[in-house]
Amino acid sequence: MLKYTLSRLLTFIPTFIGVTLISFSFIRALPGDPIVVMAGERGLSDERYAELATQYGFDQPIYMQFWDYLTGVLQGDLGTSFVTKRPVWDEFFTLFPATLELSICAMIFAIALGLPAGIIAAVNRGKFLDRALMSTALVGYSMPIFWWALLLIIVFSGNLGWTPVSGRIDLLYYFPNATGFMLIDSVASGQSGAFTSAVRHLLLPTIVLGTIPLAVIARQTRSAMLEVLGEDYIRTARAKGMSPGRINGVHALRNAMIPVITVIGLSVGTLLAGAILTETIFSWPGIGKWMVDSIFRRDYPVVQGGLLLIAVMVMIVNLTVDMLYGVINPKIRKR
Amino acid sequence: MSLKISVAAGLLLTTFGVAAQAQSLVYCSEGSPEGFDPALYTSGTTFDASSHPIYDHLTEFKVGTTEVLPGLAESWDVSEDGMTVTFNLRQGVKFHSNDQFTPTRDFNADDVIFSFDRQGNPENPYNSYSGGTWEYYSSMSMPDLVGSIEKVDDYTVKFNLTRPEAPFIANMAMDFASIVSKEYSDAMMEAGTPEMVNQAPIGTGPFTFQAYQKDAVIRYLRNDDYFGDKARVESLIFAITPDASVRYQKVQAGECHVMAYPNPADVQSMKDADDVVVMEQEGLNVGYLAYNTNVAPFDNANVRKALNMAIDKQSIIDVVFQGSGEIAKNPIPPTMWSYNDAIEDDQYDPEAAKAMLEAEGVSDLSMKIWAMPVQRPYNPNARRMAELMQDDMSKIGVNVEIVSYEWGEYLERSKAADRDGAVLLGWTGDNGDPDNFLAVLLGCDGVGNSNRANWCNEEFDALIQKAKVLPTQEERSALYEEAQAIFKDQAPWATIAHSVVYMTMRPEVDGYVVHPLGGHIFNAVGLSE
Repeated sequence: MLKYTLSRLLTFIPTFIGVTLISFSFIRALPGDPIVVMAGERGLSDERYAELATQYGFDQPIYMQFWDYLTGVLQGDLGTSFVTKRPVWDEFFTLFPATLELSICAMIFAIALGLPAGIIAAVNRGKFLDRALMSTALVGYSMPIFWWALLLIIVFSGNLGWTPVSGRIDLLYYFPNATGFMLIDSVASGQSGAFTSAVRHLLLPTIVLGTIPLAVIARQTRSAMLEVLGEDYIRTARAKGMSPGRINGVHALRNAMIPVITVIGLSVGTLLAGAILTETIFSWPGIGKWMVDSIFRRDYPVVQGGLLLIAVMVMIVNLTVDMLYGVINPKIRKR
Repeated sequence: MSLKISVAAGLLLTTFGVAAQAQSLVYCSEGSPEGFDPALYTSGTTFDASSHPIYDHLTEFKVGTTEVLPGLAESWDVSEDGMTVTFNLRQGVKFHSNDQFTPTRDFNADDVIFSFDRQGNPENPYNSYSGGTWEYYSSMSMPDLVGSIEKVDDYTVKFNLTRPEAPFIANMAMDFASIVSKEYSDAMMEAGTPEMVNQAPIGTGPFTFQAYQKDAVIRYLRNDDYFGDKARVESLIFAITPDASVRYQKVQAGECHVMAYPNPADVQSMKDADDVVVMEQEGLNVGYLAYNTNVAPFDNANVRKALNMAIDKQSIIDVVFQGSGEIAKNPIPPTMWSYNDAIEDDQYDPEAAKAMLEAEGVSDLSMKIWAMPVQRPYNPNARRMAELMQDDMSKIGVNVEIVSYEWGEYLERSKAADRDGAVLLGWTGDNGDPDNFLAVLLGCDGVGNSNRANWCNEEFDALIQKAKVLPTQEERSALYEEAQAIFKDQAPWATIAHSVVYMTMRPEVDGYVVHPLGGHIFNAVGLSE
């Protein structure tokens, strides 16, 4: 297992360098000069432009800029935002807990509903329940996030008044964000009702962000289950008179988990992409909106630093998924 | 308790300390401020969160007008030659305090000198703090204009200018001219944390800064030591809500009292709704189409006028602005002093336009119209506007090709002297002074930069240069009115529209005034029971 883990970790290095290079060049490949964008309609003189270019290091050749960036990254310095003038690192870690909290809740929601839905559909293959669940999943998968979010807000917050429209907690509550995770901070604050308020604020964004992964997990679970249910050993188990619950729940599900876990791992990337829209609509102070704003403003340090950190997060998740393969299927770690 | 959230919360909660919120005004703002030191930034969102609630200025704009009133300066004297401006400062003004800092003295001349010196003097230790580039200070030409600043005594400051400049007094009311505490800045520099000046701001304004969580919320408390009229609410909260539809939902649900920038498409339904109030005012802006007057046949004023006559501005207002705009006939908006209302706009008349082009010997004309890729207050949809113009032009036999570039490229390329095509652009005023429109956008100095028409008319330029140095508003106004007549006659632009600014709020909000300079100011706003 140790050898397996080390071999997975080694693949981290080239991926990391690749991501650094891509994140650096991606934003520079876009047309638009950050200094000109910053000046807007007002414009600026050539001398002023030159001054600012020197300040931001744009007068250096591109490979020198990359070298400075790379050495900075290796020393844990991701640069300073052109716009807010604050270190990228600080901004990321102020905002990331909000995204992480929402993503974890969305993932729990997606797995908690998607897995059983997939199993039920597979076991009832071809029957009404199967068709109903899979058509619902298809609708969920095809739903534009923006529209879905506004629809939920209008119905549940506007018409019914059950949930708040947006934000992370009612403005009445004011306490320091010690961890950045509102569910934890609200309990730690000891203010009555704060935790409930945080939960109520989480409901709609969780549903919106979790909808697509939910649909994907349900469909993937169904097809993986069906494949396993057709295997010889399942027939043998049935022939031996094992209960259907044990066959489906233990023998089939465990073997169907590999593709399902792969999909869950890949969904983390989808979640971060979905977070951009979800966070904008629900005024959720996470990294999604931060990245989009920075791309529009050509805030190079934020875009390249943010992309790098997100990529590292995804890499860690994928590494964890690879580890899980080993746990579920011992054959993989012995290869 | 006005906030309807308590009703919703009641479904799940039994106890809810709503009373605490009764004196809080919640404003649904459109985005996060970049920081809290206004001089470092240029965006209105940042000024709303910093310059207006937290700071004061030597002079202040009277909210709802572009009139300049005394602020931290009780009065000022301008020397005969216009080269020296002496401000007499208010006494007994207290700076805010926070966890790290308690002021030991009142506001005085040192704070004024420091507030400007840090922006213009590279030797000042704060000149490079927070990556300071002091954009607004430069773009208002302050480095060339201010020769030196002298402390006459603790409550008198003298600005020695390099040339007479009438708009200087209005510049002192602008956001970049916010007065910061020298004592606080020194203390933070000594503690090795100068960026705290930007992150935990200390000013003299009607609200003190309490807390900020990026992309979520900003909190302020009333400054009970404020020298002027104290704020009417105990606390002010900015709930940062980037999506306009969601802001509206929040106002309806009672989660916010006031919101800015509604979707134009929602304005009518807001006006029809019983539970919200919509206020409106023409914005201090102009959207225009600038011809390149360097290039034939657009160097001919009659050709430009003919093209102007082909544009159906009313349909642009209806379609592009969805009614939230007003046809522009002058390069300055009607809310600005010296607006020449006697001027007649070029009438929409395709037949006459066609005849006029023929008379100038122009036939089979093909031209480009540049459409901006971004939404701006003065032009919510440039692409759509360009398409309407394309259609209008085809009616007089002019073939139009629409081009666009990424925003930074667009701004840069549109400055070129040999630019091919007429460019859609606009301007939002900074200090309410006509010079800020006429000289910047149409003066000879702006050619190759902010003067996108590359139009340099000697007669016009002489008028605006002269107006800039005259002491009284009446004398200046007469010259600007004359200049607007020359502009209309020479038609370097097709003036398109001034947008209308809307503010949506709940009925209990009392005393809100829409400010033509664009800020959202809550100093005198209260909540009725």
